[in-house]
Amino acid sequence: MTSILAQFPFTEKKDTRSGFGAALTQLGQTNPKVVALTADLAGSLKMNEFAKQFPDRFYQIGIAEANMMGIAAGMTIGGLIPFTGTFANFSTGRVYDQIRQSIAYSQKNVKLCASHAGLTLGEDGATHQILEDIGMMRMLPNMTVVCPADYNETFAATLAIAEHQGPVYLRFGRPSWPVFMDQTRFPFVLGKANVLVEGSDVTLVATGHMVWKALEAAEVLRERGLQAEVINVHTLKPLDAEAIIASVQKTGCVVTAEEHNMYGGLGEAVARVLSLNCPSPQEFIAVNDTFGESGTPTQLLTKYGLDTPQMVAAAETAFRRKTKK
Amino acid sequence: MELNQLQEICSQVRRDIVRMVHGVQSGHPGGSLGCTEFLVSLYFNRLRHRAPIFSMDGHGEDLFFLSNGHISPVFYSVLARSGYFEEAELGTFRKINSRLQGHPTTAEHLPGVRIASGSLGQGLSVGIGAALAKKQNGDPYLVYTLHGDGELQEGQIWEALMFAAANQVDNLIATVDWNGQQIDGSTEQVCDLGDLPAKFRAFGWDLVHVDNGNSVESVLNGLEEAVSKTGQGKPVAILMKTIMGHGVDFMMGSHAWHGIAPNDEQLASALAQNPETLEDY
Repeated sequence: MTSILAQFPFTEKKDTRSGFGAALTQLGQTNPKVVALTADLAGSLKMNEFAKQFPDRFYQIGIAEANMMGIAAGMTIGGLIPFTGTFANFSTGRVYDQIRQSIAYSQKNVKLCASHAGLTLGEDGATHQILEDIGMMRMLPNMTVVCPADYNETFAATLAIAEHQGPVYLRFGRPSWPVFMDQTRFPFVLGKANVLVEGSDVTLVATGHMVWKALEAAEVLRERGLQAEVINVHTLKPLDAEAIIASVQKTGCVVTAEEHNMYGGLGEAVARVLSLNCPSPQEFIAVNDTFGESGTPTQLLTKYGLDTPQMVAAAETAFRRKTKK
Repeated sequence: MELNQLQEICSQVRRDIVRMVHGVQSGHPGGSLGCTEFLVSLYFNRLRHRAPIFSMDGHGEDLFFLSNGHISPVFYSVLARSGYFEEAELGTFRKINSRLQGHPTTAEHLPGVRIASGSLGQGLSVGIGAALAKKQNGDPYLVYTLHGDGELQEGQIWEALMFAAANQVDNLIATVDWNGQQIDGSTEQVCDLGDLPAKFRAFGWDLVHVDNGNSVESVLNGLEEAVSKTGQGKPVAILMKTIMGHGVDFMMGSHAWHGIAPNDEQLASALAQNPETLEDY
């Protein structure tokens, strides 16, 4: 049997933020309504090429995120499609009320693009490692929430959200990460999860950087005799409930994996879908309601329980709980 | 429109305000009454808009954003009297299933409203965004915003003031309702605004003073002066002195009527002071 990872060959690692930056530049060429705003983080968000090619459609707001959100909301009133770029913490928690009132409640077509999300931002530590953003954004009516898995998917997602009418939160990150989401095999369709690997024993539902970890876990699980199904949930809201239900009805148990607090994120979203449709044993790979700290991305994923071995163990636990019933 | 016609509309708008707030026994009459001359002068004399036709994008027309959303009664009354929707709908203010929410919203698709406001300090940024979009679109029309003076205590306002000057957003006229009152008392007691003109100038704005914002003539002159200052590389602010509760003697000049509704007797007194000039809704 072909190994799972061999089905997802990657020759390079890239950061997801670069996928955003490259797609933003492409949008600059193809969609004259797209404008870009940043709060003094153009370089970190990889927006410099857009700024260079389209200086008249690039707005440097300065270190004033609240103002940036309001300006973006106002720009939509003239029919523009503003993409705001700053770190995930400053894209959400810092400006929650501005997003809530001026963007979500006001139904404005703003694309909130957020880099350096989660633990894998690394050495900057807990002040910048937001682990609550998915929860905050999911709770806002009218908001679409997207968290792509790699460079390719971030590129595709950035293009897709420009076509979507309404506010979107696009979450991506800083570390170099395997580029494995072949867009011809697994095209990005907003709101549609991708089943990457089929299996019958346990479902691994992952989002963002954790999708690659889920593939690694599935490989280990197969060596140990468990066939894991792996689902890439790049759109957290609206959640593709149909895909999750279909898979868990087949496998009977699930592990969710996210670079986020265990409260408010993918795990709870999946639990809600399952409790309403097919209650099943579920294990949660997520940060255990704590703040992060400084360290390398790998050290942090290991210390906070988000690495491959922990996902394997969680899958085995879920499988045991299912078979005990 | 002639001065006396505008003054007649003001009288009717004041009736609308107190009747709306009385009808649901909630809402904010004080600031609404204080800004009546400003909004009537703006909508009936200065704003180039296409009422009753409303389009969200507002291409080819001036735009207005109410940042201090709690004075929704005067906003709704002026929108209705401008033709954006039927006056009868004013009677639904703050009631269940109404498009006239306690604070303005786009969620109910009320013509004339382009942004939700209520949580203070956000409207100037929105106005800047709309003004930048007009420049981006080659649309020569103007953007107006209105703010409470207490609202200037919000930090986002100062982010926006700094940005607008640095980026020469000169198709924007922001007006401050400088009545010196906020919920808990006078602005001086709560958190003194200090030398407001000096602060606006230091932030790089061009200034217009309206010493009596409850005189239609003064407001019209101020608006005219402000418009003449647009297009010259600086954003323009109108610092407009008003009296909270103006036009209803027992409400005038006191923060006590910021967010309180009159009873039947008080309503009768308020209406007696403001004759019906157009038809009551």
